[in-house]
Amino acid sequence: MLKYDLAVVGGGPAGMAAALKAKECGVKKIIILERAETLGGILEQCIHTGFGLHYFGEELSGPEYAGRFIEQVRNTDIDVKTDTMVLDISDKNLITAVNKQDGLLHIDATAVVLAMGCRERPRGALSIAGTRASGIMTAGTAQKYVNIDGYMPGKKIVILGSGDIGLIMARRMTLEGAEVKMVCELMPYSGGLTRNIVQCLNDFNIPLKLSTTVIETHGKERLEGVTIAKVDEHGQVIDGTQEYVACDTLMLSVGLIPENELTKGIGVSLDPVTKGAVVTEMRETDHPGVFACGNVLQVHDLVDYVTMEAQMAGQGAASYIQDREVFENAEYISTSHGNGVRYIVPQKMNIRSKEDIKLYFRVGAVYKNAKVVLEADGTIISSKKKVKLAPGEMENVTVPADVIAKLTKDSTICVRVEESQ
Amino acid sequence: MKKNLTCVACPLGCSITVELDDQGQILSVTGNTCKRGDAYARTEMTNPTRSLTSTVKVEGGRHPVVPVKSAAPVPKSMLFDCMKEINKVVVKAPVHIGDTIIENILGTGVAIVATNDC
Ligand SMILES: Cc1cc2nc3c(=O)[nH]c(=O)nc-3n(C[C@H](O)[C@H](O)[C@H](O)COP(=O)(O)OP(=O)(O)OC[C@H]3O[C@@H](n4cnc5c(N)ncnc54)[C@H](O)[C@@H]3O)c2cc1C
Ligand code: SF4
Repeated sequence: MLKYDLAVVGGGPAGMAAALKAKECGVKKIIILERAETLGGILEQCIHTGFGLHYFGEELSGPEYAGRFIEQVRNTDIDVKTDTMVLDISDKNLITAVNKQDGLLHIDATAVVLAMGCRERPRGALSIAGTRASGIMTAGTAQKYVNIDGYMPGKKIVILGSGDIGLIMARRMTLEGAEVKMVCELMPYSGGLTRNIVQCLNDFNIPLKLSTTVIETHGKERLEGVTIAKVDEHGQVIDGTQEYVACDTLMLSVGLIPENELTKGIGVSLDPVTKGAVVTEMRETDHPGVFACGNVLQVHDLVDYVTMEAQMAGQGAASYIQDREVFENAEYISTSHGNGVRYIVPQKMNIRSKEDIKLYFRVGAVYKNAKVVLEADGTIISSKKKVKLAPGEMENVTVPADVIAKLTKDSTICVRVEESQ
Repeated sequence: MKKNLTCVACPLGCSITVELDDQGQILSVTGNTCKRGDAYARTEMTNPTRSLTSTVKVEGGRHPVVPVKSAAPVPKSMLFDCMKEINKVVVKAPVHIGDTIIENILGTGVAIVATNDC
């Protein structure tokens, strides 16, 4: 049995930032467990630039952003075990992991940070009729083929889902000489960042077909084409709008799901909307000493926010390890979301907190010239004008410390969208 | 005349409005959150540029390819020509993050550099 103050599960940007922050806060024995052969997480295959503008003030590619943290981890005494898969975490924070060198590993950790990231929704999650021809894959799998393994998975491509990975891949495949016929999106708006629509689709005249989905795939061995159709506001196919599109590859970019099997095993409560743990502003779950951050907690579009969130978790874990007083004296209220807001992270906040607390949230639809309103006990604390709010972009609002000081255990904190008349 | 753009200089993606006079001269740039947005809008109206990222073949590395980027944006109209040049290159491992792969691609004055170790 190995004994650590802090065990971090997952060595992506979230896991590395949490471990580094805890180290900076003085935690002695820290270990990062990563199932891949290197640290870096999903960033290793995200070779496009757009990472780190907020955090480093520079536009970096994924591997460069990850590289900076890998370097920092190397310069500390944080233990790293790669090629190591965590199998189970018990409710006593006992971790079971496996790798080739050590075989089965047992780690007893005072605190645990969950940073397992997320995975892509597979084809099974959709109702597409047709054969199991090859040439159907998630956009992230295609990204790994092209950017790491160095081969092109197809020539004529249809992308279903306008999430960022799909948009990035539309450009990548086009630049490598493939013909990207279209990106179909079930919703009447794109789930990706606006900048990615502009620089990945518009720049290359790739059509984005909104309120459109793929209903059938054709081809026996290899995909030969797909049938697309328009859908109404309830997502139902509009008869007569079916259209055949010849293609050899269908890429799915239909959403990400936090990878929470381990989290469930501990018995941590999950938020039905984020599919991640319910956490406090320190990113502690409802299981004492277990923290969560990054894409395993909520799907992020900006890695900079992942890093910042992970630092909160790392700092939280450090105070849990070093001085539990804050946790023992804490009194939590739930944050609530009103009109237009789908979820808020953190779901709970400590009203004894002496510091400002930032609430991160996503809206459920596209709003123009709307206001983000923060209310405490029914009184408006702030009202911020926003030119545009979209589900694809995470927003945040700060609850100031002086407002928190006045809250009681029966108080309410609510974030809502006020639409313009 | 007014033109609406989305700034692609960072993931915030601000909506920028450029006001032009009859000669197409820029009168004002509004809606940007930072200076980069202003610069983006001005180049976008005259000589649009984009950062380019891709991969280059590696012999003897830990993966068959290593990711690369243009050290600075290149003219948008030259993206496909730059890709052709990049795809001609084969490098030998070891490659380190920041290594120059192509010094000056197609006379643009822009270098292509490695963005990972391989
Ligand atoms: C295609 C794509 C494009 C993106 N584009 C941008 C962009 O342009 N700009 C930007 O800022 N952000 C972008 N992002 C977002 C950003 O990359 C992610 O938000 C960030 O990588 C998430 O970090 P993470 O550490 O939470 O998860 P990950 O990077 O996924 O890391 C999780 C790690 O946990 C490991 N793990 C999981 N389960 C276990 C287990 N049981 N045992 C051991 N290890 C385990 C995994 O192997 C992985 O290494 C993009 C993301 C994707 C997927
Ligand atoms: S104006 Fe500045 S903040 Fe806004 S998208 Fe452009 S670079 Fe980003």
